[in-house]
Amino acid sequence: TSHPCDLFCPQNYPLYIRSVPTENELKFHYTVHTSLDVVDEKISAMGKALVDQRELYLGLLYPTEDYKVYGYVTNSKVKFVMVVDSSNTALRDNEIRSMFRKLHNSYTDIMCNPFYNPGDRIHSRAFDTMVNSMMMQVC
Amino acid sequence: LLPLSETEQQRYSELFSRCCPPPEAAAGGSSVGELFRASQLPPDTLHQITEVCGAKRVGYFGPAQFYIALKLIAAAQSGFPVRIESIKNELPLPRFMALKNDTEVRYGTPAEFHGVKFQVPHATLEKNSYKRTDEGDKQEPKSPPMSPICSPPASPSTYQRIPLSYGYGKARSGLEQQHGAPYEVRHSTHQQDGPSSGNYGAKSAPTCSTPNRSLSVEREQQDSSTQYSDDPWRITEEQRDYYINQFRSLQPDLNAFISGSVAKNFFTKSKLPIPELSHIWELSDVDCDGALTLAEFCAAFHLVVARKNGYQLPETLPETLLPEYLQAACLKPIHDCALFDSYSEPLPSSQQTRDFSRTEKSSAEEVPENSALLQDGKKDDKQALKVSTTLKSIPKEFQHLTVKAAAQEPNALRARPRSRSYSSTSIEDAMKKGEEPPTPPPRPQKSHSRASSLDLNKIFQQNTQAVRSGWLPPPPPALPPRPSVSQ
Repeated sequence: TSHPCDLFCPQNYPLYIRSVPTENELKFHYTVHTSLDVVDEKISAMGKALVDQRELYLGLLYPTEDYKVYGYVTNSKVKFVMVVDSSNTALRDNEIRSMFRKLHNSYTDIMCNPFYNPGDRIHSRAFDTMVNSMMMQVC
Repeated sequence: LLPLSETEQQRYSELFSRCCPPPEAAAGGSSVGELFRASQLPPDTLHQITEVCGAKRVGYFGPAQFYIALKLIAAAQSGFPVRIESIKNELPLPRFMALKNDTEVRYGTPAEFHGVKFQVPHATLEKNSYKRTDEGDKQEPKSPPMSPICSPPASPSTYQRIPLSYGYGKARSGLEQQHGAPYEVRHSTHQQDGPSSGNYGAKSAPTCSTPNRSLSVEREQQDSSTQYSDDPWRITEEQRDYYINQFRSLQPDLNAFISGSVAKNFFTKSKLPIPELSHIWELSDVDCDGALTLAEFCAAFHLVVARKNGYQLPETLPETLLPEYLQAACLKPIHDCALFDSYSEPLPSSQQTRDFSRTEKSSAEEVPENSALLQDGKKDDKQALKVSTTLKSIPKEFQHLTVKAAAQEPNALRARPRSRSYSSTSIEDAMKKGEEPPTPPPRPQKSHSRASSLDLNKIFQQNTQAVRSGWLPPPPPALPPRPSVSQ
């Protein structure tokens, strides 16, 4: 089961992409990118002032036959996209939410690093560790 | 191993402490270089001597190598070949030209001090072990853990490289050595100045080893020193004091934060690549608040110094750099820290003398000297023997910051031309904030008040106050922000 987890900046270019396992990575990247359209749709549909975390979580963006895509957007319009295998039915919605929350928290920590410029690719080892452990839990 | 007559022993140890003021454990490359050149032997001979005495192999001029080198110098001056067998002969004392009396020499050879400083970290350990094991025990030279620092990219000349590695050598954790080096070098320089320095040096030698040993001073055993020395992530007292002073230069209130942007500008001067700095920040900003407390700052600084000295950054913050650990470990030296606060401003010689009298506050003495050295060192950068600075522990730019905080040193100290052994570090170039003023403006009156504020009672009272970071007691109220004299 693969589990790509991507982070996109407001301009929709990726800040962070991680997949486990790494085969078929390109396919997942494609999926994730196409899901950005859905994210943008939802964002514009939601209107502005998405300060409520409940609203940050976009839920299931769209299901395909193989996998489900979930989205999350921060109030600074940084988008998180997560793809989980459809066969992974054990993964519940609130688990997805908590994963996004963890991602968001870790992302916030990265932002606190004065050496990180918003819009840079994320190379934080702490972030990697967090994502890896998260994905290992799910897979 | 090396039988020395009484005069030899005296002279050698005097020369050694000149080149390696305590608490360093090994002599600074530049001071050694200068001393050797003063022997008026040809450079080839000096190179040979450096090789034969073992300093080249081990990468530093520990007491053993230094003494053997002195013997070889005496041998060479007497016409004997530079071989290890020569030292077994009866030899006169090595002669060094242009070495005036000790006092003058101390003042006049800041370069040495700079070099010496570098060794501080590892020197301290070596010296300690040297003292402990007494001359016969050359364990350090025999089996020095060659830290990465010892084998850094060579400096331009072999001979020059030696000083570098000398500083960084081994015994004490390589990191500490490097860290301490510039810092300690400065201290040493001061210590060498004047009789008080001399006294300090002599007196503090045994005591310096103690504080330098580790933050956990209680573990003063020889074996513990080995462990201590092996841990590059342990901050020595000198390093800690240096870091604290640097913090103070950015943020006078030791209980407050250094903001992310301020810290970024500061650490960027180290010329480390941004990703590494980013990682260092990630490691040290434990609470992820975008600001550094004193403990976090010290950890970050220590990591920067380590990285500059060739150590790979760890994946996670070493235990000895955790804020809780640092705060706990520094409780004992808090007095010293408080004193250092006072010391960080240049103290009049009398003050220094008085400081010296407090043997256990060896690091305190180093602090003011440190500042002074920084200033002097900056001046001397130009003339300094550009030793490869791979090992240079504390980037020069940081020294400049300290200079600002240090206030003016006594003019006598300033007059010393001091060469910075680490002047050639790229960091230095980058960091050069500007030369310190040739003659610092007269100390503001507050320096005197500060001297008077070196009231131990007051300091101890302060120690009882809750410290936010736990690193130090609240800064002594007598320490207002320093005037930017060098800015």
